[in-house]
Amino acid sequence: MATALAEGGIMRRPSAKSGIGSWLTTADHKRVGILYGYTAFFFFLIGGLEALLIRAQLARPNGHVLTANEYNQLFTMHGLTMIFLVVMPLSAALFNYFVPIMIGARDVAFPRLNAFSFWVFLSGGLFLYSSFIFGGAPNGGWFGYAPLTTLQYSPGHGLTFYALGLQMLGIASIASAANFVTTILNLRAPGMTLMRMPVFVWMTLVTSLLLLFAMPVIAVALFQLTFDRLWHSTFYNAVAGGDPLLWQHLFWLFGHPEVYILILPAMGIVSEVLPVFSRKPLFGYSAVVFSGIFIGFMGWGVWAHHMFTVGLGPYANSAFAVSTMFIAVPTGVKIFNWTATLWRGAIRFRTPLLFAVGMVAMFVIGGLSGVTHSLVPSDYEQHDTYYIVAHFHYVLFGGALFGLFAGFYYWFPKVTGRLMNEKIGKLHFWLMLIGFNVTFFPMHLLGLMGQPRRTYIYNANMGWGGYNLTETIGSFLIAFSMLVFIFNWVKSKRSGTIAGPDPWDARTLEWSIPSPPPEHNFDEIPIVKARDDFWHKKYAEDPAGRPVPVPVGAAEATAEGVHDDSEGGAHKIHMPSPSYWPLVAALGLPFLGWGLVFGMLPIIGLGILLMLGGFYGWVFEPLAS
Amino acid sequence: MSEAVTPPVEHAHPGPAEYIKVAVFLAVVTGIEVGIYYLKGARSVLAPALILLSIVKFSMVGLYFMHLKFDTHLFRRVFILGIVLALIVYAVALVTLLNYH
Amino acid sequence: MAVETEAHAEEHATSLGIDNRKLAIWAFLGSECMFFGALIATYLLFHTHLNNGPGPRDVYNIPFTSVSSFVLLMSSLTMVLALAAIQKGDERGLRVWLLATAFLGMTFISGQVYEFTEFFKEGLTLKTSPFGSAFFMLTGFHGAHVTIGILMLLSLFQLSRMGKVPPSDSLKVELVGLYWHFVDVVWIVIFTVVYLIPAAKK
Repeated sequence: MATALAEGGIMRRPSAKSGIGSWLTTADHKRVGILYGYTAFFFFLIGGLEALLIRAQLARPNGHVLTANEYNQLFTMHGLTMIFLVVMPLSAALFNYFVPIMIGARDVAFPRLNAFSFWVFLSGGLFLYSSFIFGGAPNGGWFGYAPLTTLQYSPGHGLTFYALGLQMLGIASIASAANFVTTILNLRAPGMTLMRMPVFVWMTLVTSLLLLFAMPVIAVALFQLTFDRLWHSTFYNAVAGGDPLLWQHLFWLFGHPEVYILILPAMGIVSEVLPVFSRKPLFGYSAVVFSGIFIGFMGWGVWAHHMFTVGLGPYANSAFAVSTMFIAVPTGVKIFNWTATLWRGAIRFRTPLLFAVGMVAMFVIGGLSGVTHSLVPSDYEQHDTYYIVAHFHYVLFGGALFGLFAGFYYWFPKVTGRLMNEKIGKLHFWLMLIGFNVTFFPMHLLGLMGQPRRTYIYNANMGWGGYNLTETIGSFLIAFSMLVFIFNWVKSKRSGTIAGPDPWDARTLEWSIPSPPPEHNFDEIPIVKARDDFWHKKYAEDPAGRPVPVPVGAAEATAEGVHDDSEGGAHKIHMPSPSYWPLVAALGLPFLGWGLVFGMLPIIGLGILLMLGGFYGWVFEPLAS
Repeated sequence: MSEAVTPPVEHAHPGPAEYIKVAVFLAVVTGIEVGIYYLKGARSVLAPALILLSIVKFSMVGLYFMHLKFDTHLFRRVFILGIVLALIVYAVALVTLLNYH
Repeated sequence: MAVETEAHAEEHATSLGIDNRKLAIWAFLGSECMFFGALIATYLLFHTHLNNGPGPRDVYNIPFTSVSSFVLLMSSLTMVLALAAIQKGDERGLRVWLLATAFLGMTFISGQVYEFTEFFKEGLTLKTSPFGSAFFMLTGFHGAHVTIGILMLLSLFQLSRMGKVPPSDSLKVELVGLYWHFVDVVWIVIFTVVYLIPAAKK
């Protein structure tokens, strides 16, 4: 591997392979993935605590746990955290770790840009959370509707932190999206044609394209809000002729593709897990892929269904109602394909499968309640009630998070080399499933009974107390299930059963290399001959279509064979060297942000200097060989 | 990884002489644009004519200076995807916004 | 930023037979279409919202803007000549044309600074009206893109002087060029949609 060039002087590249320094400078996609994972999980715990506080406040009528302002800050930060700092980066963690391996590559196309994405994400997250110290967090909801969020109606710094913090997270997303589009299109192993790629890789590609085109839209809206707040421009100042509706259009033009950005990765994970644990190929691979692509396209044509109650008029509302109903079709195609994959499979009910099936079931409930608000008159009833809260928690928690947990259990042995404990895993699953439904199912009923969202108290006469108390109990059950998960993680990482390269008898390339994978992933770049190539190297088919193991030695590429010559084979492989500069460049952003929030020129200067210095070092640092 | 490589789909880029021809063309079109702007009689066709000319300029720079005419079609597709998506969604948004008032 | 990467482009052929960096920059430019699209859409929505301030017809100086548009258009020519030079192995030519491009870019930016100060004097600021806000944000972000482009051109110039832009690595020039031409085509749209058409409207 690379040794730093001694003559490089100050521009010398770092060479540490262990310790904190190596993590700060790493450009290895697997390590970046691990950084994403732990960071996002940390934010997940914070977002969860915020949810518990919200539930504690709502447990009884006229609760006294939080003030109205604290409540507003907490539900805003809970939403922002779970969307931007949890689900997106948890997906990114899995993209980073597995997409290059699944396509038979040694790294992503731009390793340093990849590290930069992570550091910008972390900086953005910390910047957003620093608002708690600097006078109060954002309190205008994750959608930040202007003009409610302009200075006149929301004084203080909270929403400036919102506008700038999301901007930073957007930069991280665009950089990583460009990286993954390039990686997937251009770094596939020989024979890995597009239609042989694992569905998870396909969904990563679609998600990246969505990010690429959706993030700039919110960037413009956030710049407009920033300018309104900091320099008194008049985009959202209705008195001066600004247009409040513009925010809603720009926000939801981003916001609806964003919904698919959150769910498509989970759909990809489920499409990997179900075939492995039913020992059958995915039913209707092309249908699953094309419905994913179709969802990606259609996701651009439904944004105004978030705005039905604005009064866009019958034509706009009808058009968006129809497109919204229509987008349920490709989603339904996926559901049927997953079900058909399980049908008559040799099913093994291991924890990853439980979570995957849980995802499908919960997502169906969320999807169906979603279709009910595509009907405009029905949406008028449901808008801004807990019915909506129930819906999006079923798709984002029941869908995206259950899918991500399926991924964690499925890929944990690959990353750590050890299996997760099955018994504790199953306990975790059932606690989480029950807790989830106890928490969120009553919200449907409360919504239909009229309980409004984003309201910190309710009157005892409304008769909502019982359901609300139930929900709060459910939320603590979810919290408890997370403790079980953490316990399992720590215990299994330390003393779990050694997994070996292929503990699930799986189908895709990542299982053909040792667990954990060597830094260079593959000693020799695999040559791919079929979809589920690794499976076909292990099994032939008898005339009835049942898999028959290939005799040992017939296929030299089985996983165990890799171990022996890994030292020799790995010797000459050139891997990207670590670098300081992505971290330096990324660190400039929060300083720039703080400087702008407080109008302090020296801090702004420091931020710009760090960024320019970081990029300068990036461009001019030697390519270590 | 050489086995799976599809043959490179890039053709030779044009030389300076062709670039200069394109630039002269662009300069002339810009002249025409400004001319149309000052033409008193052309008010009714002004907007469509100017938009058409700007599309011509846009395409010439894209095709020749950015080599979209010569490089692999993938680049053209990605770029056009961005342009078409932007045109459609912002047009729909603008129509609803303008009708709202 | 994207001038140099560790894409190992020389070492491994890629699946599509094209360079990673070029693919990535095109993806980025596709993304930028959505960015400028939103800014232009905002301008189209707001160019008649004057809040009793000056409007397009009152402030625009079409002859002046025509000249600066022409300057930016010609900077695309010098940029592409820089690329042609390095592809022929002419490193000195590369540096001359890079500097010429950066100079034209700076001329354009100076023109923009002058234009903005004139508008301020005539009473159009970011705060005046949605028209002012939309105009300054759109042209300001375009100007920021040009400025970043100038920094990239000067970095490339410096890299070339260090001998780090050999003819075999002409792709670096091509990448910066793609960005530069993109900024130019955005201005082609802005010149028509933002300046000429609204200024001509009765």
